[in-house]
Amino acid sequence: MTLNIQHIREEFPVLDQEVNGRPLIYMDNAATTQKPKKVLEALSAYYTHDNSNIHRGAHTLADRATRSFEKTRTYCKEFLHSAEEEEIIFTKGTTEGINLVAATYGRKFIGKGDEIIISTLEHHSNIVPWQMLCEETGATLKIIPINDKGELIMEEFDKLLSEKTKMVAVVHASNALGTINPVKEIIDKSHKVGAKVLIDGAQSSAHLDIDVQALDCDFFVMSAHKIYGPTGLGVLYGKREVLEAMPPYQGGGEMIKEVTFEKTTFNEIPFKFEAGTPNIGDVIAFQMALEFVNKLGKTNIRKHEEDLLHHAEHQLKDIKGFIPVGTADQKLSVLSFLIKDMHPFDVGMMLDAAGIAVRTGHHCTQPLMNRFNIEGTVRASFSVYNTKEEVDKLCESVRKIAKLKNK
Amino acid sequence: MSDIKQVQEEIIDEFSILEGDRESTIFYIMELGNQLDEFPEEARLDENLIKGCQSKVWLTTEVKDQKVIFKADSNTDITKGLISLLIRVLSGRSPKEIIDEDLYFIEKIGMGNIIGSQRSNGLASMIKRMKLYALAYQSKLNV
Repeated sequence: MTLNIQHIREEFPVLDQEVNGRPLIYMDNAATTQKPKKVLEALSAYYTHDNSNIHRGAHTLADRATRSFEKTRTYCKEFLHSAEEEEIIFTKGTTEGINLVAATYGRKFIGKGDEIIISTLEHHSNIVPWQMLCEETGATLKIIPINDKGELIMEEFDKLLSEKTKMVAVVHASNALGTINPVKEIIDKSHKVGAKVLIDGAQSSAHLDIDVQALDCDFFVMSAHKIYGPTGLGVLYGKREVLEAMPPYQGGGEMIKEVTFEKTTFNEIPFKFEAGTPNIGDVIAFQMALEFVNKLGKTNIRKHEEDLLHHAEHQLKDIKGFIPVGTADQKLSVLSFLIKDMHPFDVGMMLDAAGIAVRTGHHCTQPLMNRFNIEGTVRASFSVYNTKEEVDKLCESVRKIAKLKNK
Repeated sequence: MSDIKQVQEEIIDEFSILEGDRESTIFYIMELGNQLDEFPEEARLDENLIKGCQSKVWLTTEVKDQKVIFKADSNTDITKGLISLLIRVLSGRSPKEIIDEDLYFIEKIGMGNIIGSQRSNGLASMIKRMKLYALAYQSKLNV
């Protein structure tokens, strides 16, 4: 199916504006996507009609809010294809999901002499929680290196794996380069040595089909705001038996079954990990974002985004001074690049002046930038509402900017 | 040499031709950066770096005939362009002029809107550093 992009664009009011006297071209989708009208309307409708605290209220509003909140859990179960709704935990986002696993599973099951494997492609959220855990427990962090194209060197991963490996936490798709990792292979190999695997799906979840049962990962984390949903919301998937073995993360509210001053018993999963009043309105509105993706179909979304990437790469490759960063065979629609003798920050500002929103800098992946011996890149990341005409304008601007230093 | 006010007026005139178009203005600032005098390689030291700039900025000062001479460089062209404007206005002046003069041209050419908040902070740090140097020299000269 070919998507009607103009029709899709009409669902995103934010796109209809001028920036610096030019029509906005939003290409910072790897950072966050824009929100369709239905998400915005659902947020407003919740606060206008249903606002209420969930799970405990005896009244109609509380009941409506609870049903709607739990309906999103069902949507997420289907989105990730988990076996049970109880395996879906709402978090603040990908970062909190990883921190939760490191703090609970990590502290209980990982100790001195154990090893945790991550990769050079990780963003800081999938580095720092593990570093903190290692410092606390005496475990060691091991890093899977990458080749010059920005792909994991799987032979090196094989060498790192051992009986000591207790956790392997890798990104599904790199936010900085777009590289898609062979996660199924990583999961299977890790399980052979008895390690648990966390897949960071922050970037992949909006583009790739996710099936946590087929993948057989132990944890999968994602953020709602990169899938056309609200900010401050994410999902942690965990296998039932693993989640049940884990101690709670934070204390208070929903996570409690019974409290006396002598002893507290904790609620069942998923509530055990959802302390306090959750982000109810945003959870409810997230349904509309998932519906939006389902309606279009990820295969169609992916096809359109790949077309945009190829269209861009085709035009950019001959520009004098254009240096692509990250050229993996399997990659998402992320275009990371440099212009010879120019600072990415300058390039970003010049693109902004032309109405084009991109990200510049290290993309919260400083070790990855160090690997390439660069300070950062310019990153244009495409989404379903971007058009070929917008890509043409990006390429035209890049050509103009590159000429300044590369005559 | 014309006084600080005159130079500021010249800059305001030059930028007025660009009619506030952000793209042309940024290209123009970059062009100014390319024209900045060569910065001595041996002065590219950490101790000459200005704090508060997102991009790297090196600044050196010396006094010749009781005038303060500034030299500066940056790893980004836009920042270099901004510095070249400051140098054009402030370098080769007496410490008193540097301390007393209000740099109104920055607001007049709409720099805050053009370069965004992060770079505006960087620009403020540069001006602060230049004025502090001038103040230090003035107290030395008075002794």
